[in-house]
Formats: sequence, C-alpha cells, structure tokens
Amino acid sequence: MSASDHRPAAVLHGREAFPHRHLTGIDGLQPHEIMFLLDEAENWAEANRSHAKSDHRLDGLTQINAFFENSTRTLLSFEIAGKRLGADVVNMHAAQSSVKKGETLIDTAMTLNAMRADVIVIRHGSSGAVQLIADKVNCPVLNAGDGWHEHPTQALLDALTIRRRRGSIAGQRVVICGDLMHSRVARSNILALTALAAEVRVVAPTTLMPPAVEQMGVTPFTDFDAALDGADVVMMLRLQNERMSGAFIPSTREYHLRYGLTPERLALAKPDALVMHPGPMNRGVEIVSSVADDPERSAITEQVAMGVAVRMACLDVLTRGARGVEGWA
Amino acid sequence: MSGTTFTNARIVCPDGGDRAGTLSVRDGVIAADAGGETIDLKGKLLAPAIVDLGVFAVDKAAFARGGIARVGLMPDQSPVLDDPGIIQRAAAMGKPDLWVHPIAAATRGLAGADIAEMALAADAGAKAVATGREWIADSGVMRKVLAYAADCGMIVISHAEDGGLAADAVATEGETATRLGLPAAPALAEVLAVARDVMLAEEMGARLHLRQVTTAAGLDLVRRAKARGVRVTCGITPPHLYLTDIDISDYRTFTRLSPPLRCESDRQAAREALADGTIDVLCSGHDPRGPEEKRLPFADSLPGSAGAETLLALGLGLVRDELISLDRLFALLARNPARILGLETGALTPGSPADLVVVDADAPWKIDAEQMAASAGNTPFDGLPVQGRVLQLWKGGARLR
Repeated sequence: MSASDHRPAAVLHGREAFPHRHLTGIDGLQPHEIMFLLDEAENWAEANRSHAKSDHRLDGLTQINAFFENSTRTLLSFEIAGKRLGADVVNMHAAQSSVKKGETLIDTAMTLNAMRADVIVIRHGSSGAVQLIADKVNCPVLNAGDGWHEHPTQALLDALTIRRRRGSIAGQRVVICGDLMHSRVARSNILALTALAAEVRVVAPTTLMPPAVEQMGVTPFTDFDAALDGADVVMMLRLQNERMSGAFIPSTREYHLRYGLTPERLALAKPDALVMHPGPMNRGVEIVSSVADDPERSAITEQVAMGVAVRMACLDVLTRGARGVEGWA
Repeated sequence: MSGTTFTNARIVCPDGGDRAGTLSVRDGVIAADAGGETIDLKGKLLAPAIVDLGVFAVDKAAFARGGIARVGLMPDQSPVLDDPGIIQRAAAMGKPDLWVHPIAAATRGLAGADIAEMALAADAGAKAVATGREWIADSGVMRKVLAYAADCGMIVISHAEDGGLAADAVATEGETATRLGLPAAPALAEVLAVARDVMLAEEMGARLHLRQVTTAAGLDLVRRAKARGVRVTCGITPPHLYLTDIDISDYRTFTRLSPPLRCESDRQAAREALADGTIDVLCSGHDPRGPEEKRLPFADSLPGSAGAETLLALGLGLVRDELISLDRLFALLARNPARILGLETGALTPGSPADLVVVDADAPWKIDAEQMAASAGNTPFDGLPVQGRVLQLWKGGARLR
C-alpha cells in the first residue's frame, strides 16, 4: 500500500475527517480529506447501481443550484444527486449577461441566503466568484466551477474513476492534454492528482499552457506523443469553440493533427491505459469516436456515473453539521 | 500677509539637506526672516508639501490628511481633460485648499488616434499631457504626440504597458496567476512599452515621464536611457515597492492594480532603482474605488488603490529601511514631481511658495480601510502598521491642517 492509499480518515471521526464548511476547491484539502470524500462517494456509487436509488437524509432541505454560466451536464448531475438524497432542489439559471456586473452577484448571494437555502451549488464565469459568495452566506457552498480556477467535484469524480479502474491513484502516470490555460478542470485535477501522489504530465501547445505550471508539481510537454510514453491514464480536455480559430491555435484540423487522441496515438500509452474526457466532447477534434466509444479503454460514461456519486457524497458531508449528524455538529 | 517662523524644526529640503533649525515664511513664500507668529516644532520634521503626480480623483480630504498640497490630475476624468474649458474647470476644482494641476489628454478623448490641442491646453493651465490609463497602441501616433508635445514645451506622461500583451490581463504571469486561474500578462508587456516610448522620445528629443515603471528590465532600460542623456524620468507607487503578486492570492480586489503587482525579484529591482536614482517620483496613483467597483470577482473589479493617505508613511518606511535618505524621499515626493510639472515648488529655498508639511515621523498608526478620509477605502495595505503622521499642512503660507 502506497503512502497516499493510507487512509487516516478511517481513524478520524465525524468532523475531524472533513473539517471544511464549503467545498470551494481542491486547494486547501489534505490528501486524507480527498480520500475521505472518495470513500464516501464509493458507497453512493454502489447504491446507485441498485434499483432503490433514493435516500431521505436530505429530506426537507433546500438545495439551490445557482448557475451563472450555462451548463447542462453538471447542473443535471447536481440536481439528480440532490434529489436522490431527498433534497428539494431548485435551479436558478442566472444568465451571465444579466447578473455579471456590479453588486448583483453579492445581492444574489444575499437573496439566496435570505431564502434560507441549506446548501448552495454555484457555477460562475469568474475565478474566485464562488469564494466571494461563500464568504457572504450562512450555509455550505459547493463550487460547480468558477472561471478558470477550480471545478472540485470534477476532479473528485475523475480521481474516483481512476481509483476504481486502475486500483489506485498513487504512482499512476496521468497525462492531461488540451487547453490547460483556460481549464478549471485541469487545475482541480492537477491539485487532486498530485496530492494523491500520481505522476501528472500536462500537454498543450505553449499558447494554451498556463505559465509556470511546473510549479504545481507537474511536467509540461508540447509533444503529445512523447508525453504518452508509459501513460496509465490519458485525460483529454475539451477545446472551447471560441479558442478554435486563430487566437490560440490556427485551426481545429491542425489541433487534431498535433493533439487529437487517435488509436495510433493511444498505442503509445500503456496497453491498458484508460481514456477520460470531462465532456462534452468535440469528436474529431481532441478525440476520435473509436477511442471515445471503446468500452475497454474509455471511462467517459463511468465518469458521468461517478459524478452523481461524488456530488451525493459532497452534499451529504457538507450538510451533516446542519443536520445534526453525530460527531458533525 | 503676516509672517510665520518655525523654530526648533528638523528641516528636510531636497536641495538643502537635512538640518535642525528655523524656517521663516512671509507673504506666502519662504523668506530669510519673518517676524509675526512663532511655532515651536519641538524637533518635528518640516518638509516641502507633497506634489502628487498623477492622481485620478480630486479627493481633498485624503490629500489633506496625506500632506499633499498639489496634485497632477490625470486626464481620465468624465469628461476627459482634452478641451480648454474642461481643463480650466479642473484647475479650479481644488480651490482654495488644494492646487489641482490638470494633465491634459495627449490624444483627443484619450482615444489614441488624433493629437489633442496641446497649446490650448497649456494656455488653459495644463502642465503636461498624458496617455491616460493605457498606452497609445499606434507607434506612429505616439511618435507624433512626442514630437508635437516637444514643440509645445510639454512633457508627455505615458502608461507603459503594451496593450496587445496586457489585453484582458488582471495579473502578472506566474505561479500565482496560474493557480488562481486569472488572465495574466507577462512582465514583458511593460518592458516593450518602455523600450518603445524611450526610443521614440530619444529620436524626437522629447521629454517623457513614465508614470510607473515596475519591472527590473523596464527600470534597466530607463537607467541606460538616462545614462546616454535621454530626457526621461519615471515614477512608482508604494504597492510595487512593498507587495508582490502573491498578495493577490485570496482574490482581494484591493490588490488589483494597473500595472498588476509583480514578482519578488521585480520588487527588489524597483527598490534598488529607487535607491540608485533611476526612479524620480514616488506618487500615490490615488484612485478611490467604491464597493460597486471593488466588491466583485477579481477579474471583474476595476484596478486602482486609494493611496493618498498612506503615501508619506510608506515613503518614510523606505527611509527606515535605509533604502533612501530623508531628503531624497522629499525629492521623490515633492521636488522632482514639481520639476516635471514645471512648478516652482517642492524645495525650501527662499522665494519658493510656502507649501509645507510638519510631520511626526515616528507616530505609529495602523492603516485601516474603514477609517480612511478618502472617498473610498480601497487600500492594499489594510491592517499594516506604519509610522509617520502629518501634523500640519501649509499651502502658500496658509495653514490647511
């Protein structure tokens, strides 16, 4: 058993296992706290496979999903997670355009607070916005993505998927490829995977590579083929439409030539290397369908399933104090 | 007007050094002897009042508390200072207790395209022209601005930041910006702009003042330009001497500045450049911003800090750190900015206007955003203990504080 698979969480009780009020990021979490959340999520992953998927521990609690940025998958995942736990889930779609500026963000936070939400899930287009709201409200806040900063539940579901499919996280060579500069998924994954002692390689054209990223404990590559050598996990990032033509890369076909995950390229990784993608995919750009749909190699649908389990775990753990769960008050 | 004599003063003059003695004021100017009222300063500092070059707001209460008798007002006002009538009105804004010296827009509307009416602006009271909060992107326009300003006898004050590189950046590239997920620009954005503006000024024989230079490489360019006789000066504000990009780590928008905070080695280089004379001006960049502009996610907030009240205490900190002498501090705060604006003030020589501060250089206090006199308390130094309080402020022989 490697260092990071050691779980002091087992000997920590109640709040000691996860002493945080909010989940605003992976930054600030101890490795054993990340493992604790993964263990909790593992239980829900098993429960979700049964027919009776519903639980009632969040009965009577109000969960508000305040999404200041468009989302389909993450919003749906948080909604299903809340409903499976019995929460009353309300979705607030605040179009980025109308609620972006001025006092409105703080005003919105105060409004949600006044409505006595029991847990708030927030996505916002600006880095740091979720922390800003978390500082103003009396209930737990879950970050569902803030700007380019963090998307902690995505990193947790990715870590859980890796652990289930590869047996452990420590020592795994994980290659993250794509638009790292503008990716909150990449930042949270780098933080989580390095905390859990994976070897992380990041691949991008220099125009999309965050400066000084090696300071986060990863090895940067511009050559995807070189990075894939010996990889256990290949995690592809979505290339956003607005970055596809000219400003950062010349074209999607040129991007595909250098960074598209094809079967030939995947052959450079370990024979049983796992393929991951946070979705939604640009098929034919960063990944080709034959790789994405290969049940032996691709964990993409499992990632979606783990997303629900991880979010159930986070909602459960963060509301334990308010629900008076023994040891968490 | 009757006279005043300050006795028992520690007189700090950028031209006359640092000495114990007596200073007299008669008819609003520093005189050989005065008679009239005598004020015993009991060993406190008596120095020229601060001339704050490049502020963004006329915030009298903050300037009075900060020991600032004159300000060079940036053209980024609403409306922009690019018309004689508007400039005249700006020049009168501070009366009677503050001299406002308008700095006119170098291009019409600060749009960076057409040369502004500089001679008319000078007639209306403008003491310099400036590019405003941003640089002039078109090098052809900048070259003409420098040439035409030289014809008019005006100095050009520029913001040295390459707009193409700076773009939407709110931080300097580096580990901190990467971890925070903030749009960032390389420090090179400043260096390129300094290089271009210095070379254009050199070619045109124009006078150029770079309002803020904050990087090692940018300061080195200024140092070398001065050595070969280019008529270039530069300034800096205290945050770039005290803070680094690490200070933005909790997304505190009071640390969102323009240019953004730099890395530690740039900060050290700035302190060295202050000590070796490369930097000519220490200014506040006073830019009060209320919650509607600052209580926002970091990248959505507007840059700037309310620096007027903390300028002197933070400057005295540099003396305490033995980086500069006391008389050099007042050269940076008063004499040099006065010279750049063409004002006959900033030193304690007989015949100069009696713009004076009396300072208790040791008085301890804590910077508190809630307790500021400024119209907004956006200081990146909130909570910092400092020393040095303004006890008296005199303008033209009249006591304001």
